[in-house]
Amino acid sequence: MALERWISLIFLGIILTYGYTAWFAMDSNMAPFMKRNPIWPSTFPKLLSLLGIIVSLFILLGFEKDDQRRAEIDYRRLGDYKIGQAVGLLAMMIVYALTLRSLGFLISTASFLILSAFILGERKWLVLVPVGVVASFCVWYLVSEVLNIYMRPWPHTLLF
Amino acid sequence: MLEGLIIGFQTALSLKMLIVVIGGCLIGTFIGMLPGLGPMSIIAIMIPVAISMGDPAAALILLAGVYYGAIFGGSTSSILLNAPGVAGTVATSFDGFPMTQQGKAGKALTIAAIASFCGGTIGAILLMVFAPMLSSVALLFHSAEYFALMVVGLSAIAAFAGKGQVAKAVLMTVVGLIMATVGEGALFNFPRFTMGLMDLQSGFGFITLAMAMFALPEALFLVLHPKQISNSEQGDIKNLKITRAEAWAIAPVIGRQSIQGFFIGVLPGAGATIASFLGYAVERNIAPKNEQGQFGKGSIKGLAAPETANNAACTGSFVPLLTLGIPGSGTTAILLGALIALNVSPGPRMMVDEPQIFWAVIISMYIGNLVLLVLNLPLIPYIAKVLSVPRNYLIPFIMFFTLMGAYIGQNNATELLLLVGFGIFATALKFANYPLAPLLIGFILGGMLEDNFSRSMQLYDGISFIWERPMTLMLLIIAAILIILPSWRSNFGRKSHS
Repeated sequence: MALERWISLIFLGIILTYGYTAWFAMDSNMAPFMKRNPIWPSTFPKLLSLLGIIVSLFILLGFEKDDQRRAEIDYRRLGDYKIGQAVGLLAMMIVYALTLRSLGFLISTASFLILSAFILGERKWLVLVPVGVVASFCVWYLVSEVLNIYMRPWPHTLLF
Repeated sequence: MLEGLIIGFQTALSLKMLIVVIGGCLIGTFIGMLPGLGPMSIIAIMIPVAISMGDPAAALILLAGVYYGAIFGGSTSSILLNAPGVAGTVATSFDGFPMTQQGKAGKALTIAAIASFCGGTIGAILLMVFAPMLSSVALLFHSAEYFALMVVGLSAIAAFAGKGQVAKAVLMTVVGLIMATVGEGALFNFPRFTMGLMDLQSGFGFITLAMAMFALPEALFLVLHPKQISNSEQGDIKNLKITRAEAWAIAPVIGRQSIQGFFIGVLPGAGATIASFLGYAVERNIAPKNEQGQFGKGSIKGLAAPETANNAACTGSFVPLLTLGIPGSGTTAILLGALIALNVSPGPRMMVDEPQIFWAVIISMYIGNLVLLVLNLPLIPYIAKVLSVPRNYLIPFIMFFTLMGAYIGQNNATELLLLVGFGIFATALKFANYPLAPLLIGFILGGMLEDNFSRSMQLYDGISFIWERPMTLMLLIIAAILIILPSWRSNFGRKSHS
């Protein structure tokens, strides 16, 4: 089965769950006075679930003409691309999200920039480290001082 | 209109706004030049900056400047490297790059800049004329017509964006609308589909979704498949002169494509890409026989046509946004999201209630185009240096700004995890050629669509508003035709072919 049909199958599953909630679960929590209205919080989601199920099935059952266009990247040959680097960078993004608060903006950002470039193959440490550190300071200054959005620069335990 | 123009000039010509528009154009040009990063990604990255400015007029002017700059930057990389930064400038490379190979890079850049300037300026004049007219008509609309109009807009976007795969685009739109129902809506004050999670109480973040749909997949594609670019053949980039005969030759092309491009831009879903390809095709077909052979080999008409059309279309795409509050493209959908975040509701009342924003945006379009011609063009040899920034440094920065945009937008680290999750899913959708713009447009319009639908239901105590209001019925029929016709044609074509 082509990827587009797998994706429509995933969407169908999500929309069926959404539709079940809209049709059978949502209205039970509603206050009695709201039930006298012609429109309920579940009305629009019910319509969307019907539409979504019809369209997902339309793609899943192959009623739409097959897509002859070649995607920019052929997912069947993912091994030919730099998949390791992409996964590495995604992992770095997750680590950054989890450490931003605990490590503070400056350490986590500088580490993210330096290690991401390292994953991509950069080995000129004498350029890489200063670029990462200076860029982190510049962005922190712009965000905190110019845009007035507070971001803790250092970890809790460090006093600055 | 004169009063509006004066208000617009007063707002747009203040020192702050001039700095904003110049800054926006320069940033847009810088980033737009990088192959793989489209205007939607650039605008998404700039939204937190625009919102933090607190002034809706300044925010919209900044983002509009970035939009123009990105299109101009995309043209530059198309001409110099045959590597279009954005889809709207692919047609520019057909004749722009051969000119570079012939050592006429500077001339090609000048023609592109003049064509862009004229297209944008004529487009802005047309916008000034048509926007108030459309606004006054739209003021007569009720919520039922608005609902139907939004359905038409979404259908048209799906029909155009699907490129023959309408069901995929419709599915994306529905998924966007479904995502918009998550959280506590203003109309019901009732949490929906939050799964008991406090972080979902206010729904998904628009900036997170915009970043995940555009910036992150594009960055991941750059990692997976680095575009091979070489800047060895830039020719004489500093000689920006064109002759009088060349100016006369491109003048009628610019005139025609400004008007055609503008009206294509007004159509929901059409946008700069279709305008530029159509402009190129039209000019090649109507050119004299002896000139037709030059197209694709460095024809100045072939360069001027798409450049004029894509800029005029960019301006045209502001018409439905400013007058109806309905975005016609992914880019204007992001602009709409930014305006909603700033408590401004674009639509027919905007011209009356917020004239300083409405007119300042229009005037800033002139200024933006002027900035691109006068300031950016001479700076191109220096701005082009950005193309030599190594990929190993560039990609981490793009990813970092994507993360920052999502974090600043919601000030919540959970948003970053959502960004990564949505980004991976959006990348898989891109692999399977699912269009992503309809999802974001559905998400942004979802709240308004449901509000108007609910109000109509309440007023008419049911769905009788559909047949009791002829305009609503007519618009819904148009929407149905827009969806059914391309699918039917596609299936009919398949059967007759087999």
